[in-house]
Amino acid sequence: MTRYSAWSVFWNGLTGQKNWDRAWRDPEPKKEYDVIIVGGGLHGLATAYYLAKNHGQKNIAILEKGWLGGGNAGRNTTIVRSNYFMKGNREFYEHSLKLWEGLSHDLNYNVMFSQRAHISLLHSPGARDGAARRYNTMRLHGSDGEIWGLDKLKKEVPHLNYSPNSRFPIIGAAVQRRAGTARHDAVAWGYARAADQLGVDIIQQCEVTGTTTKNGKMVSVETNRGTIKGKKIGFAVAGNTSRVWQMAGLGKLPIETHKLQAFVSEPLKPLLDQVVVFGVGGAHFYISQSDKGGMVFGGDLDWYKSYAQRGNLPIVQDVAECATSILPCLGRVRLLRHWSGVMDMSMDGTPFICKTPLDNLYLNAGWNYGGFKASPASGWYFADLIANDRPHEHIANHDLKRFERGYNIDERGAGPDPKLHG
Amino acid sequence: MTAKRLSSGGRIDRSQSLSFKWDGNIYNGYAGDTLASALMANGENVLGRSFKYHRPRGIMSAGVEESGAIVTIGEGAKKDPNVKATTQELYDGLMASGQNAFPSVRFDFGGVNNLFNKFFAAGFYYKTFMGLPPFEWGSKGTWLWMQYEKVIRNAAGMGRASREFDPDTYEHGHDFCDVMVVGSGPAGLTAALEASDAGLDVLLVEQDFMLGGDDLNRAGDLDLIAAVEASNIRVMTRTTAFGLYDYGVAGLLERVTDHMAEAPDYMPRQRFWTVRAKYTIVASGSLERHVAFGHNDRPGIMTANAGAAYLNRHGVLAGENIVISTNNDSAYSVAADLAGAGASVSMLDARETIAGATAEMASGAGIDITFNAAPMRAHGPKGIKKLEYASNSDHGWHHAGTVSCDLALISCGWSPVVNLLSHRGVKPVWNHENACFMPVESNEPLAVAGSATGHWNREDCIASGRAAATQAMNALGVSKTQVSAPANAGWENPIEPLYEVRVDSHKLKSFIDPQHDVTSDDVRLAHLEGFVSVEHLKRYTTLGMATDQGKMGNIIGIALMAEALGKDIPEVGTTTFRPPYTPISLGALTGRGVYDHFRPLRRTPMNAWNLEKGAVMMEAGLWHRPWYFPEKGEGISEAYIRETEITRNKVGLCDVTSLGKIAVQGPDATTFLNRIYTNAFAKLAIGKARYGIMLRDDGMVMDDGTTWRLSEDEYFMTTTTAHAAKVMVWLEELLQTRWQDLKVHVTSVSEQWAGIAIAGPESRNVLSKIASNAAEVTNDELPFMGVTQTTLKGGIPVRIARISFSGEMAYEAYVPSDYSRDLMDMLWEETTKVGGCLYGTEALGAMRVEKGHVTGTELDGRVTIEDAGLGGMASKKKDYIGNVLRKRPEMAKEGRPQLVGIFPVDRSKKFNAGAILCEKGKVSGFGVGWTTGVTHSPSFGHWLGVGFLEGGYKAWEGKTLIASDPTRAGDVEVEIVSPHMYDPKGERMHG
Amino acid sequence: MLRIQCPFCGERDHSEFTYGGDGSIEYPALDASLEDWTEAVFMRENIRGSQLETWQHTSGCRSWLLVERDTMTHEIHSVKLSHPDMGKATGGNR
Repeated sequence: MTRYSAWSVFWNGLTGQKNWDRAWRDPEPKKEYDVIIVGGGLHGLATAYYLAKNHGQKNIAILEKGWLGGGNAGRNTTIVRSNYFMKGNREFYEHSLKLWEGLSHDLNYNVMFSQRAHISLLHSPGARDGAARRYNTMRLHGSDGEIWGLDKLKKEVPHLNYSPNSRFPIIGAAVQRRAGTARHDAVAWGYARAADQLGVDIIQQCEVTGTTTKNGKMVSVETNRGTIKGKKIGFAVAGNTSRVWQMAGLGKLPIETHKLQAFVSEPLKPLLDQVVVFGVGGAHFYISQSDKGGMVFGGDLDWYKSYAQRGNLPIVQDVAECATSILPCLGRVRLLRHWSGVMDMSMDGTPFICKTPLDNLYLNAGWNYGGFKASPASGWYFADLIANDRPHEHIANHDLKRFERGYNIDERGAGPDPKLHG
Repeated sequence: MTAKRLSSGGRIDRSQSLSFKWDGNIYNGYAGDTLASALMANGENVLGRSFKYHRPRGIMSAGVEESGAIVTIGEGAKKDPNVKATTQELYDGLMASGQNAFPSVRFDFGGVNNLFNKFFAAGFYYKTFMGLPPFEWGSKGTWLWMQYEKVIRNAAGMGRASREFDPDTYEHGHDFCDVMVVGSGPAGLTAALEASDAGLDVLLVEQDFMLGGDDLNRAGDLDLIAAVEASNIRVMTRTTAFGLYDYGVAGLLERVTDHMAEAPDYMPRQRFWTVRAKYTIVASGSLERHVAFGHNDRPGIMTANAGAAYLNRHGVLAGENIVISTNNDSAYSVAADLAGAGASVSMLDARETIAGATAEMASGAGIDITFNAAPMRAHGPKGIKKLEYASNSDHGWHHAGTVSCDLALISCGWSPVVNLLSHRGVKPVWNHENACFMPVESNEPLAVAGSATGHWNREDCIASGRAAATQAMNALGVSKTQVSAPANAGWENPIEPLYEVRVDSHKLKSFIDPQHDVTSDDVRLAHLEGFVSVEHLKRYTTLGMATDQGKMGNIIGIALMAEALGKDIPEVGTTTFRPPYTPISLGALTGRGVYDHFRPLRRTPMNAWNLEKGAVMMEAGLWHRPWYFPEKGEGISEAYIRETEITRNKVGLCDVTSLGKIAVQGPDATTFLNRIYTNAFAKLAIGKARYGIMLRDDGMVMDDGTTWRLSEDEYFMTTTTAHAAKVMVWLEELLQTRWQDLKVHVTSVSEQWAGIAIAGPESRNVLSKIASNAAEVTNDELPFMGVTQTTLKGGIPVRIARISFSGEMAYEAYVPSDYSRDLMDMLWEETTKVGGCLYGTEALGAMRVEKGHVTGTELDGRVTIEDAGLGGMASKKKDYIGNVLRKRPEMAKEGRPQLVGIFPVDRSKKFNAGAILCEKGKVSGFGVGWTTGVTHSPSFGHWLGVGFLEGGYKAWEGKTLIASDPTRAGDVEVEIVSPHMYDPKGERMHG
Repeated sequence: MLRIQCPFCGERDHSEFTYGGDGSIEYPALDASLEDWTEAVFMRENIRGSQLETWQHTSGCRSWLLVERDTMTHEIHSVKLSHPDMGKATGGNR
């Protein structure tokens, strides 16, 4: 396998780009694997990688019904941050951010993690105090977090709408400097390539159509490419979790599927150097600029349950209003594309990485719309769970039974209404 | 390219000369020109630079698929980058400039990138820029990447957007119609006419500034347009149907003034229309394809139909010595037209031979055709000089000759515009005979007509437009006719599919996506590395992600991947087109909902009165509420401390109108309230108020407020400002979906009643002065928690309850909103007499913190009733919403964070809300609690606060902790006290 | 844009309405068991396809509606008032 480096780029340039290897193999599925991961999205790929790397597993397959990274891996707005403050989330997302910081070198694939700062705008003293609790908690955990006043913010992000006559004047910002953006597709490909190099079979165009359960264990999955046995099986199929779960005869889940739109503008010369988040007056909006120059942004869910990867106009309009209100120079900038992805929205906005009613089946689901930044840790903890058959202490409450216990991890305090979590 | 304007012909108005600027040079064009046609007529042929290699680019098309002539229009605050010159209507004074180039598109230092293009293959950036070259040495973090990133970001991007506020205005429009027809070529015009003749309300939408579609590119009369103009059809030109959404809803962008030199102030720049059509006919046409060959991106190479468009529409002969390369019949009429206009035209046809009318047309025009020939390599970096061509044999393509030329026109097939159907989730299917993706039937009320469904001649397009209209008429019940569209008859001479001319032994740089510099080698590299699905191909190479959204190159890319895989095109599939069809401004999507109109502003009926009294306003949700009322020279701190002191010692008035108010009426109102509140409401007497807590289903606190019993079956409920709407929806949901047997009606009366809090020892005195009958507000008649409905002086109806948030003797009085000014004038007169004041939310907050009352800051959706220190309000004798789930083990367990009061140990010290409470020596992690509300207390003379602490006051009584606030103030030592800091026995409010 | 046929107000854009949730849930009695309440409040079938769901016409007549809708295609098959007696208010048989 070629190790990627400036040298390999140079050498292949001289030799006509003919000597590159496949980024990952295209193997035929074997009859049986030690671990089968259903779902070749970021979480599935990361899980397989860490199973192989951290836990020495040799015989792993990822089954992907389409092409890897084809779900939310390639549909998100690429934001990476760890500004969570609830127990469980705090440790989890910080671990994720640390993994992100070393990810390009770890995978030998440039995932372009740009720690360009994540800036949440503040509009009232009350909001500042609320943010302070969150960012103080981060600081006391050794993470980074700052509260900026207006002068500092103006200097760092000059083109925002600072008019005192705007509907919600800005008074400052809560900032995580280590947060930023990454190149979403590259993360999927990087994990796939690295997992493949550790022997993981990545099997695309392999849709799970059924499961076979015996004596409280899932013995195999039926696919369009034949039956594949697995000693351990993990589900990581965001957006379709309920369907796979029901296929396995496991009933209901504390999950609803909703769709979230995302937007990109035509490419522009550098205009915005950070991730900016705007949330006031019922609005929710986030924006950054990709390295290619497109303004990448998004807002709220479409507000009704849906499995369709198609959005509707009210949110398009709402998101545009946010964009131009906060960055008034964007009025003349043109939207190039908008699309949507389907999200597992959980009942408290927090995911599940847990054991299931079946002994050898493990679940990774319910990422709401925060799954991208979570991918490294999601894979790391899920691999740890599968390998050791017990949850790491940081994800002790990321199980399906937490609602019975009354242990909600509700960062927004929105209660059991999935569409209100983000 | 030696283009010239012809003295006659075309659809421009030579009597209207327009002056415009290109990169500082002043040129002239005519009404009816696009910027592209005008620049071409003025001899400009390098108009852009490509994204990655900064290669010079000229005009490549005559429409929305343009990938070369991407320019910036305007300057200053009205600068528009990334405009396709081929779609920009010319106007007098238009100012355009090249972009993505320094110093200019004619000579660009960035062109040096092209020298290194062999290293800049698809995805090369994923393989390096991680550390120091050559082996990615150095630190393992992201620092080095971020240094590279700065350079990459500056090199990337296309145009530069203005940094100024967009000065233009935009509007939203809403419309309905029976039939919306998208596209005004022969098919669309026919469909619109047919449907309109049947009495249907037809909206015809055309992105161009002229109707006619491809008819505009041919010489001849525009008879259909005359008919449309005489009909009832509602025509929208300069309007793009950019997306089709659910239920026949289309998003339209109307460019209202983008073609005007100076627009009147009252006109918006653009309008975003939401159109709800009962039936949609998509007659969006088709786009001509290029072919991949060496240096096929050179200025002077464009689609064949563009040559016809510039000639027949704009009166510009794009070249004198033209070579046309084709694989289908459509280019022959172009050849004949150009030859007729005086150009020397020769043709390369990839096919072995042609016959029939097409052949006759060519021989009639005296055009020399070389068969079995296709372009191989172009020469002339800033304008084509000659074209090498190749012939095909069993061993593939080989070099066959060279022709000199100043313009090369390419026609390698046509792709129906299926974008709008793709928005609806309809996947097009590959049609081998026509070598293109065709739309398939949709089960929505939608039909496709014209070349968008693979009809290549005008007669068939007209017939298919008629068939689509009949389909619409049948669907809408105005006709029951069986009309079938003509079959896709293909071409007279079959098309010879051709996507790339690759000649062994020649290294050719062949572009597929010219804007993003994606080459055919990039596709093969993607294949080599396993990025073989179309979505991987697109993402790895960035094919189709430029501003033309793949209109120019997608099919070629897919075809080359199919070839590399040894598969058929349909097995490889196509990507899903996403809206918008062409890029649309965010300003238009925003409309008027921007700046101070971003969200509605809710003002209380006392707003003007408050402002007259000097109120500084504060955002509270969508409301503006008085924050404080500064007297001369006061800042917020001085003001709220004064307001608090005066209220505590005399009397203060506070506008509380923003609280939610709900009328709960009906025989079962009592039962209803008893179910939604945790505490007992069954025995609340008429004329009494009660503070209540309501929980969510999951047992967490939802909201709190007082509810007043006005009569046997009528209550007046107040909610918090923040949750007013939510509570109303919740009550309606319960009554309409869960408890349908309850006879209760709830009505939001938040707008109907203006509310004022009158608080302080003098409050009764003040109230009695304005009441019609002072005896009604005595301590006996209106004791603590008493309610009265009466009148004020002047006969103003009023509801008064003696309730207190401040902890003082206090009243809340509500009058119909229209009386609020009278109320305030009367109250203020009496209040000033006793030395009282107005107070805002800051003083309100200070007093509630002193009292240890909770607000939304504490009740944040994660707090149980016990956490809030209100466990006593949870009835054990009845069932209510949330009473089951609140008993879940984790919610009922000991040691949860509970409300406490907090004093600084050093009373001169300040601390903040949002600080983390930690034990000394353990200032890290989650600590043991946090602060939620902090104020300077005039009553105590120092800072104090409330917050949550594990185990509550019980566990920490008298102990000291650290309030840690690393993001702001640092650490302050605090001691824990009861949350009821001020007047803990409540003597003052009962007084 | 979904278009919802409100029994009182006629066909309107979905932006006038608020999505509620799964309309097939029968909320248990206030004194029902913890298990029943947990199931009703937290667990979802999460159907892909035709499902019964609640919407409220928040910017219209404020009615809560029971809507049968396909969560994949967004096609609405039926709309009726959640409260069966509310239609009587108009004297019609809505």
